[in-house]
Amino acid sequence: MAFQNLSSRLQETMRKLRGKGRLSEKDVDQALREIRLALLEADVNYKVVRDFIGQVKERATGHEVLSSLTPGQQVIRIVNDELTKLMGGTQAKLTLSSRPPSVLMMVGLQGAGKTTTAGKLARMLKGQGHRPLLVACDIYRPAAIKQLQVLGEQLEIPVFSMGEQNPVDIAKAALSHAQKFNNDVVLIDTAGRLHVDEELMEELVQIKAAVNPSEILLVVDAMTGQDAVNVAESFNTRLELGGIILTKLDGDARGGAALSVKAVTGKPIKYIGVSEKMDGLEPFYPDRMASRILGMGDILTLIEKAASAVDQEKAEKMAAKLKEAEFTLEDFLDQIGQMKEMGPIDQLIGMIPGLSSAKHLKGLEVDDSHLKKIEAIINSMTPEERRKPEIIGGSRRKRIAQGSGTKVQDVNRLLKQFSQTRQMLKQFSGASKGRRRKGMFSLFQ
Amino acid sequence: MFWKRMFGKKPAAEQTAPEQEPEQLQEQQQEEQHEQSVEEEQQKSSGFFKRLVSGLEKTKQQFVSKVEQITTGRKVDESLFEELEEVLIQADCGVTTAMFLVDQLRDRAREEKITAAEELRKVLMEEMVALLEKNAAPLKTPEESPYVIMVVGVNGAGKTTTIAKLAYRFKQENAKVLLAAGDTFRAGAIEQLGVWAQRLNVDLIAHQEGADPAAVAFDAVNAAKARGSDVLILDTAGRLQTKVNLMSELAKVHRVVQRELGRDLDEVLLVVDATTGQNALSQGKIFAEAVPLTGIALTKLDGTAKGGIVLALANELDLAVKLVGVGEQYEDLQDFDARSFAAALFGETQE
Repeated sequence: MAFQNLSSRLQETMRKLRGKGRLSEKDVDQALREIRLALLEADVNYKVVRDFIGQVKERATGHEVLSSLTPGQQVIRIVNDELTKLMGGTQAKLTLSSRPPSVLMMVGLQGAGKTTTAGKLARMLKGQGHRPLLVACDIYRPAAIKQLQVLGEQLEIPVFSMGEQNPVDIAKAALSHAQKFNNDVVLIDTAGRLHVDEELMEELVQIKAAVNPSEILLVVDAMTGQDAVNVAESFNTRLELGGIILTKLDGDARGGAALSVKAVTGKPIKYIGVSEKMDGLEPFYPDRMASRILGMGDILTLIEKAASAVDQEKAEKMAAKLKEAEFTLEDFLDQIGQMKEMGPIDQLIGMIPGLSSAKHLKGLEVDDSHLKKIEAIINSMTPEERRKPEIIGGSRRKRIAQGSGTKVQDVNRLLKQFSQTRQMLKQFSGASKGRRRKGMFSLFQ
Repeated sequence: MFWKRMFGKKPAAEQTAPEQEPEQLQEQQQEEQHEQSVEEEQQKSSGFFKRLVSGLEKTKQQFVSKVEQITTGRKVDESLFEELEEVLIQADCGVTTAMFLVDQLRDRAREEKITAAEELRKVLMEEMVALLEKNAAPLKTPEESPYVIMVVGVNGAGKTTTIAKLAYRFKQENAKVLLAAGDTFRAGAIEQLGVWAQRLNVDLIAHQEGADPAAVAFDAVNAAKARGSDVLILDTAGRLQTKVNLMSELAKVHRVVQRELGRDLDEVLLVVDATTGQNALSQGKIFAEAVPLTGIALTKLDGTAKGGIVLALANELDLAVKLVGVGEQYEDLQDFDARSFAAALFGETQE
């Protein structure tokens, strides 16, 4: 998971602070030194680290902190504040023009993930009711146009391309195409280029002049080292960026780029790429990210994810069923489906306060394949079997195992777990109906 | 050069150089950079060096000029060491490696009683070369056809481009090259390699998008054997090292190639983007757990001012940087040589 290294080192420092009833200036200095090293090792830009430490130090060594009843907590709060500030404070939305079509330009180094991100962004905009048009302006990399076309096909989003002509002409033609076909957002995928390549940077300036984009988005690989700020600064000076999209945050990126680029360019990070799949683009919330880094979890995102994945009506029905202990394997299957929609389990764990640093969970790779197995087993049952698992005898088990490509033992285990769960639910619902007292009395009799 | 020997297609005129063991050859090349016997070779080598110099221009400007700045006209003291550490960290050396190098400097300054800061520059360069030479090794000398290279790495590192450059290089040596489009995941990846194969006029084994990469590998090895290819280069899909499933997929592809080949692969190269920060170390470690890496190809060095990751890789991993990419031309993929790298960086001329 992203930020894991930085996160665990900072949390260790925070833990030491938390335990202290009194803080001396020396304690703070010691903690700051550790934070400094942690940030540097996370590829945060050197100058940014220096400023950050300066800020925290100034606030943390003040009288009110050191004399407060919980100085450790105060320092943690300050670090959290400053981290949030470093990453941009509040969430920045995409700027769309009031007069469509809005033009969004994706720029960046080679291999940053521009084309993939263009696809993801288009998909997201489409989901919000827009009619995006993808434009293939990468005429240099072999098959880049093809890549965008394939993505467009998958996402059912039109792709405008004119082969390997001048990108400026392509962009202009795409704009009039969009006007004609009523596309309200035009996403221009440009070729990757080095920020020092004068000729290619000039090309971007020309495209910008030709289509007057409402936003130029710099796509930055989250794994970039100390150079991230130079890249961002050069692009910003030439093109006046609207914002930044960080990609590949699902790796164990140390997050240095995330913490540096905003501070140096003053441009907000708007989105983050969190998976290879086309739905892996999320808005960037600096405050939530800060608390995730400090191990305070990110309950808000978790709740949002749950809310978007869980059907309200279904949830109520489920609650009723649980109460009556009428929970069947069919319901179980439903639940697995909803859980999977929330995203990979290891990402969810990072959002639960305290869990990201729990020792026994460290380096844990939650494998979704276990869930797949369970799904396969249940899918191989008849509807009747799902509702009344009691009827599943030896030969049915054999058939189910064969049908789902699992072993009879797997089927046995699932059925056993299910019946135990149901047993437990019965006890709970029994208790809620007032039988608990009776049960307890029966213990004494 | 050993390619030509291996494939026995070397023009007669060049066969004047005596046969040598690879280690000797390497040693000699390092020593003889000043006075190579064949004139053509010399020109070629100085051309290579020029490319290297221009590819490292940015790192040089940022890193070396800073070192020069802080080591000019002052005495060696603790604050100087701290500033040097700062410069190293800023060049993506990483905290551990920067501290290691500065400790070495400190020890040597004391032992050799160095007091003028200027003299530290040479010491720093020596220490850097020593570090870089620790695991240095060239590409393996081919013993058996097909010579098989598998190329792995994270998304966007530059695998496909590196493969194209490698293929070009082998073609120059008259080897019969076969490429295998093992990236069946990313949209357009197969076409991308296909375009290169066409441009270079080499054979390509490709399946459909979404096909099993292990099946592509299987076909590729058998096709290479059947067609009598000299070199097989296998592309794989980019994957972040944290994706356990994808890493085991990679292990499987490797296993299949090994089995079909009946021996170890000649090279399993990890392609690393030089702009990457300390994450490169984690890439090296975790990829090495999935497949037996034989070396690193460091790409896009021309695009970064922070070539220090080379030092971090050499210091913290037991992996040789074998190739460096310093530009967009075919010739810009070079064998990594610690001494010329440091020389290019510190602005020494080769003559």
